[in-house]
Amino acid sequence: MANNTKQPLLSRIATNDGHGENIPYFHGWYAYERNPFHPTQNPNGVIQMGLAENQLCFDLITKWIKENPEASICTPEGVNEFKEIAIFQDYHGLTYFREAVAKFMGKVRGNRVTFDPARIVMSGGATGANETIMFCLADPDDAFLVPSPYYAAFDRDLRWRTRAQIVPVNCSSSNGFRLTRTAVEEAYKEALESNINVKGLLLTNPSNPLGITLDRETLKALVTFVNEKNIHLVCDEIYSATAFTAQRFVSVAEVMQEVEHCNPDLIHIIYSLSKDLGLPGFRVGIVYSYNDTVVSCARKMSSFGLVSSQSQHFLAALLSDEKFIDNFLLESSKRLAKRYHFLTEGLKEAGVFYLESNAGLFFWMDLRPLLKEQTFDAELELWRVIVDEVKLNVSPGSSFHGLEPGWFRVCFAHMDDETAKVALNRIQAFVQTGNGTTEASPLASLVESTKKISHAAQTPSPYSS
Amino acid sequence: MAANLRNQNQLLSKMAIGDGHGENSPYFDGWKAYDEYPYHPIDRPDGVIQMGLAENQLCFDLIQDWLMKNPKASICTPDGVLNFKDTAIFQDYHGLPEFRAAMAKFMGKVRGDRVKFDPDRIVMSGGATGAQETIAFCLANPGDAFLVPTPYYPGFDRDLTWRTGVQLVPVVCASSNNFKITKSALEDAYREAQEKNIRVNGLLITNPSNPLGTILDRQTLKGIVSFINEKNIHLVCDEIYAATVFTNQHNFVSVSEVIEEDTECNRNLVHIVYSLSKDMGLPGFRVGIIYSYNDAVVNCARKMSSFGLVSSQTQHLIAAMLSDDEFVDRFIAKSKERLDKRHKDFTEGLKQVEIDCLNGNAGLFVWMDLHKLLKDQSFEAEMELWKVIINKIKLNVSPGSSFHCSEPGWFRVCIANMDDSTMEVALSRIRDFMHQNKDQNTEVKMPARKLCRQSSLKLSLSRGKVEDFMSQNNMSPRTPIPHSPLVRART
Repeated sequence: MANNTKQPLLSRIATNDGHGENIPYFHGWYAYERNPFHPTQNPNGVIQMGLAENQLCFDLITKWIKENPEASICTPEGVNEFKEIAIFQDYHGLTYFREAVAKFMGKVRGNRVTFDPARIVMSGGATGANETIMFCLADPDDAFLVPSPYYAAFDRDLRWRTRAQIVPVNCSSSNGFRLTRTAVEEAYKEALESNINVKGLLLTNPSNPLGITLDRETLKALVTFVNEKNIHLVCDEIYSATAFTAQRFVSVAEVMQEVEHCNPDLIHIIYSLSKDLGLPGFRVGIVYSYNDTVVSCARKMSSFGLVSSQSQHFLAALLSDEKFIDNFLLESSKRLAKRYHFLTEGLKEAGVFYLESNAGLFFWMDLRPLLKEQTFDAELELWRVIVDEVKLNVSPGSSFHGLEPGWFRVCFAHMDDETAKVALNRIQAFVQTGNGTTEASPLASLVESTKKISHAAQTPSPYSS
Repeated sequence: MAANLRNQNQLLSKMAIGDGHGENSPYFDGWKAYDEYPYHPIDRPDGVIQMGLAENQLCFDLIQDWLMKNPKASICTPDGVLNFKDTAIFQDYHGLPEFRAAMAKFMGKVRGDRVKFDPDRIVMSGGATGAQETIAFCLANPGDAFLVPTPYYPGFDRDLTWRTGVQLVPVVCASSNNFKITKSALEDAYREAQEKNIRVNGLLITNPSNPLGTILDRQTLKGIVSFINEKNIHLVCDEIYAATVFTNQHNFVSVSEVIEEDTECNRNLVHIVYSLSKDMGLPGFRVGIIYSYNDAVVNCARKMSSFGLVSSQTQHLIAAMLSDDEFVDRFIAKSKERLDKRHKDFTEGLKQVEIDCLNGNAGLFVWMDLHKLLKDQSFEAEMELWKVIINKIKLNVSPGSSFHCSEPGWFRVCIANMDDSTMEVALSRIRDFMHQNKDQNTEVKMPARKLCRQSSLKLSLSRGKVEDFMSQNNMSPRTPIPHSPLVRART
């Protein structure tokens, strides 16, 4: 019967590319999946450096778990709570969960601000949080300014089902990719001239993929800017506890108190436990808004992606343990710093440039000298060499909507020390010989000559070589 | 204050300032009464008994017992903590393979193993709430419509339409034929939509039905499958109550079985929504499932599942639990048995005071017929009666109008979220009320208001008293309610 083969119509959303997955970068993922590195079983496999995961502190968490069996509703110590927790589906979330998250967020900011548990709203990970905040703030076709380079999945999270738009605010290497008020103003003006209705500015601070934090003055200038234009400021602070240097993270929560006449209705924070605690599987997304209507709306929407009550219960216990958390935050910072310095110092020795950063689970590596030409095609070519021959799955800058080819995001926090050493060796070998082996290659001389040219041409810049 | 409101209206999205969330309705008064003075056998024996929540609390003993015997199911026990890290970092939207395999197997068992489910078609979502929204996003554009037989679960208004822009077109079902979904009702609804230039591209059925507590017979289901094939529209079957079918006279027939037999059916049109919230009584765990026979929909829904994945901690636990065949078989059987008994006890108790229910054999509730107690056959009268039930009988039940029922006088009464003694208390209150009412009607002079004289059972209402109660307690439709049915993700 003809009907059997007839394809019924699906929605436009279902048939467009808004999910963002039809991109060439999956080549790297496939390469990794087909041939994943293992120190003993597969030492020549592909090392995964494309996943921003924090795996450095699981020992601390598993130790805590063993010492705190009542945190689980499945242990003899905790099972008496099983029923109450299993039936709890109130979209306000467990009160003690909200309180624990609020307290944790405060601690991450050195207790310089306190968070109100009543404003803590759950969502399906930061993925769900970002989509939800857009549904609350933007109508279809409304736009948000987003500094680029930015996290690739924002295209999906902010736009796919919401039908909102992203207007990038380009940041350039000429000033270390620092976001300026001027750049934002210019992008805003241009958007208005193109008849785009800008509803807000979305910042990721600390930045993904750059790993840098906004300085206090710039953040204040941006808070002032949004107040002047009466547009929203959404700060995705998902990496807030990954700041690892003395140059600490300054949250919008702190700054808004310092800006005169700041309208709190414009300020919203997106958070999650996926990066700071390394628990992406538990899908703990948080929308924290200073706007009561947004809190109310986001809370109703949270029904579409509540945190499992089993996980709420467990995490509430974990985050409420002040001694554990204080130690965890300190230790996590230390280990991230150690890993960052180990890799970046090794790169320095090999003459590889990178953007000096103070946060995040990755750094922004500069391989412009290795590009055949300063184009994104050349970047993709170089990337394929890195994946297929050097066997490192790093992420090419173009996937983050950067405007300058040649930059790569390198994730470093989800491997052990041994693997990190292997990865470093491979990069060093690659830039020295051109293909990750000891054999000389045409690329090697290219590397040498471009290095010389780029050293000469380079003006002093805030980033390191 | 007014300026701030105006500002908000300009600042926020239309969605944020509109009513699409469905919570601005008068039904929250019942919840407030419960919240303010909930029943407790010792502390508040005259408190309001919650009978508005479709929860399955009858089998937690079985689950807790299983947990104690299976410490590896948790990633937080000494036995299971070795799996903690791998599980905690797992965020792949395909889900843990063992979770999908266990869900597929469970769904098969719930259908008596008359069909098999393919683990690769199991897609996660944020509860059935998230599943319904996701399926609407996949199948329909803003302005498109789904047909939905009435009465239906009120959360559908939010789940299917709020953020998607899709509309719902009711297919009116009548008590005269026990609310059966007839071909003519479907055709009428479809035609009327067309006449209004509304593009219908799907039909959503809930089977077993909420709020009716009935299952579709095979003939009706086959008719529905033919209808959607003929119109080339989608069929979404919410089978969230599949394992709550408690009598063995009529087996639950799933759409998955019907399409196995029907070679003419275009499977690309068929999709199942499922969850563990009702069958296993675990609504807090947010385990929603989309199971589509359409590859493109599986693909798209899976990408969308990033917005509402099941916590990997929970996936791990559920995978272990539902892989245990012996436990699952025993659970399904015991659950049916206990639901059956609860249903019998309650409906027989109601019969003793001449209250009828729709003949049901599934669900966590009964569909109670109180139209004879209405002052007149209007929805205003239904609301008045409802307020009496809340305030005088002190039972929080749900009035039929909240389910878009076309006829006044029906009430959904949830019975699986309490123990036996609480149920007895509820029944005795109903009995007392009905007896008092009967006595009053024969002895006491009627108040001035016109009363319904259509049957021997009359209800005397003192409207003044109801209004006093309302104003004393500052109740209004817009009072925020912490425990309202829509506060919970699903009722």
